[in-house]
Amino acid sequence: MNRQAQAAVMFLLGAALLHAGSTDLYLRYVKAGLQPLLLASGAVLILTALATVWYERGRSRRRAAAGGSEGHEGDTHGHPEPRISWLLLLPLLALILIAPPALGSYSALRSGTALQKPYALGPLPSGDPAPLSVVDYASRAAYGHGRSLHGRTVRVTGFLALDHSGAPYLVRMALNCCAADAQPVKIALTGSLPPVLRPDAWLEVTGGYTPRLTHDPVNNGPVPYLKVTSAKPVPVPSDPYDETWNN
Amino acid sequence: MAITEDAPPGAQTGPADAPSGQEGRRLSSPLVLTLTLVLAVLAQSPIRGLLGTPLMQSWMTVFVAVTVQALPFLVLGVLLSAAIAVFVPPSFFARALPRRPALAVPVAGVAGAVLPGCECASVPVAGALVRRGVTPAAALAFLLSAPAINPIVLTATAVAFPRDPEMVLGRFLASLLVACSMGWLWQRLGRTDWLRLPAHGAHEGATKGEAFWHSVRHDTMHAGGFLVLGAMAAATLKAATPADWLRTAAGNPVFSVLALAVLAVLLSICSEADAFVAASLTQFSLTAKLVFLVVGPMIDLKLFAMQAGTFGRGFALRFAPATFALAVAGAVATSAVLL
Repeated sequence: MNRQAQAAVMFLLGAALLHAGSTDLYLRYVKAGLQPLLLASGAVLILTALATVWYERGRSRRRAAAGGSEGHEGDTHGHPEPRISWLLLLPLLALILIAPPALGSYSALRSGTALQKPYALGPLPSGDPAPLSVVDYASRAAYGHGRSLHGRTVRVTGFLALDHSGAPYLVRMALNCCAADAQPVKIALTGSLPPVLRPDAWLEVTGGYTPRLTHDPVNNGPVPYLKVTSAKPVPVPSDPYDETWNN
Repeated sequence: MAITEDAPPGAQTGPADAPSGQEGRRLSSPLVLTLTLVLAVLAQSPIRGLLGTPLMQSWMTVFVAVTVQALPFLVLGVLLSAAIAVFVPPSFFARALPRRPALAVPVAGVAGAVLPGCECASVPVAGALVRRGVTPAAALAFLLSAPAINPIVLTATAVAFPRDPEMVLGRFLASLLVACSMGWLWQRLGRTDWLRLPAHGAHEGATKGEAFWHSVRHDTMHAGGFLVLGAMAAATLKAATPADWLRTAAGNPVFSVLALAVLAVLLSICSEADAFVAASLTQFSLTAKLVFLVVGPMIDLKLFAMQAGTFGRGFALRFAPATFALAVAGAVATSAVLL
C-alpha cells in the first residue's frame, strides 16, 4: 500500500471513529467512558492522513527538482510499505457498512451469569412501578432475599433470551471495557408473558418479586425469577450494555 | 529452528516485481483500494446476508469492539513512540537508566507504571526505546510490566476483587517479578540478531515535523494491521470457545491454572478489563485467577501478532513461550507466598 493509499485508509478510519464516537454507535462496542479517547484518536488519524498527503507533496516536489530518475531511486531505497496494513480495511468496512449489533442472546446463553454479591443494597427508587436495572433487580432478589422488593412493583428493561428448553430470560450484558469482556446478567421470567417470544427482542417488563431462584447451567451462578404482570416491546436503548460496574 | 532472517514480515518483495513491478505497485495501490471500497459497497446486501447468523454477528461485534477499543491506545502509544524517536535524544536514556543492564532492567520495569493504558500502547513504545539505544533487556522489562502495573489497571483490579485486596498486590508483585526475570533472562541468553526491528524511517524527512508524522503514519499502519490480525483471532476464540471445558478444568488445581493461562492468551482481553472477567470465573481458585491476570497483559494472540510485527517473527517465536512459562511460574509462586 503506498503512502497516498495509507493516507486514504487513515482518513476513512479516523472519520469512521469520529462518526461512531459522535453518535450512539460506539456504545454497541465499547464503554461510554471511551468516547473522548475515540474522538481524539479519530482526530489524530485524520491529522496524520493530512500530514502524510502534505509531506508527500513536498517529497514529490523535491524529487521533481532533483530530476525524475534519481528521485525515483531515492523513493525505493527505503523499506517497502507494510502489506499487513491492508487488514485495516476490514474493521473500517465492518464499521461503516455493517455496523454489527450489540451482543445479544447468542452470546448471553454461551456464558454464565456474572452476578456478584453487591456491597450494600440501598432503598428501592421511588415510583410505582420502580425503575430498576437487570443487575439491580437480580442483586436484590438473589442476595438481599428480596427484602427491599416485597410488596413493590418494578419495571426492568432487557432483551429476551430463550434457552434450549424454551424458558425465557431477561438479559442485559454487563460491560467493563469493550464487548469482548461483556458478560450477561440474567433474570428468569415467569407469570403472564406475551404469547410469542422472539430472542433478542427488547422488552420492558413490569412485575414483582418471587422467591424462586434457579442456577445458571453454565457457571452455576444465581438466576432469580421475576413474576411478570405486563410486558411491552421497546426499542433498543441508546446504551445496550449495563455499565454499573464501571464506577 | 530455521527462520529466514533476511526479510522482516511485509517486506517480501519478490524479484518478479523489481523495477517495473515497483512502478506498477505504486500506481495500483490507490486503485486497488478504490476498487475494494466500491465492490464492498456494491456487494453490501449479500455480505450482510452471509454475516446474518448469530455466530457471525457476535464474531463481527467482538472483532469491531476489540479493534475500536484498542485503536485509541494504539494511537496514544504511536504518538509517544514517535515523540521518543524524534524529540528525545538517545543521551537522555543513557543518563536516565543505570549503565549496568542488570540494574537497568528493574528500573525500566518499575518505570512501566507510568504508562497509562493497555498493552497496545506499550509495544510501539518499547520498539522506539530499543531503536533509541536502550538496552533490549530493559526495554523488554518495560514492555511486559507497563500494561500490568499501571495505576489504571491496578485500580480496575481492586474494583473487580472488592473482597480480595491481596489480588492487587499479588498482581503488581508477580507482574514486576516476571517482567524483570524476562529482562535478566534476555540479558543472559538473548541474542541481538533475534531482534529484527523492521527498517523504520524515523530518520527520514527533512524536518523534525516530517520525521514525527512519518513515524506516526508508519507505526499506525503497521501495528494497526497486526492489531486487526490479533482481533480476528480473539473474536474467533471468543465466539468458538466452548464453556464446558472450563467447568471440567476448574476442578483440578493444576488444570485450572493451565486452563486460565491458556484462556488469557486466547481471549486477548485489554488489561484494563481482564480483572472483571477473571472475577466472573467464579468456579476457579484465586491462584488460577492471578495466573490469568499476570499472563494476559504479557502475552496473548493480539500481543504476539504485534510483537512479531514490531520486533520480528524470530524474536516473537522465542519470546512468547518463555514469557508464558515464566508468567505462569511467577504468578503461582507469588500466590503461594501471598494468597
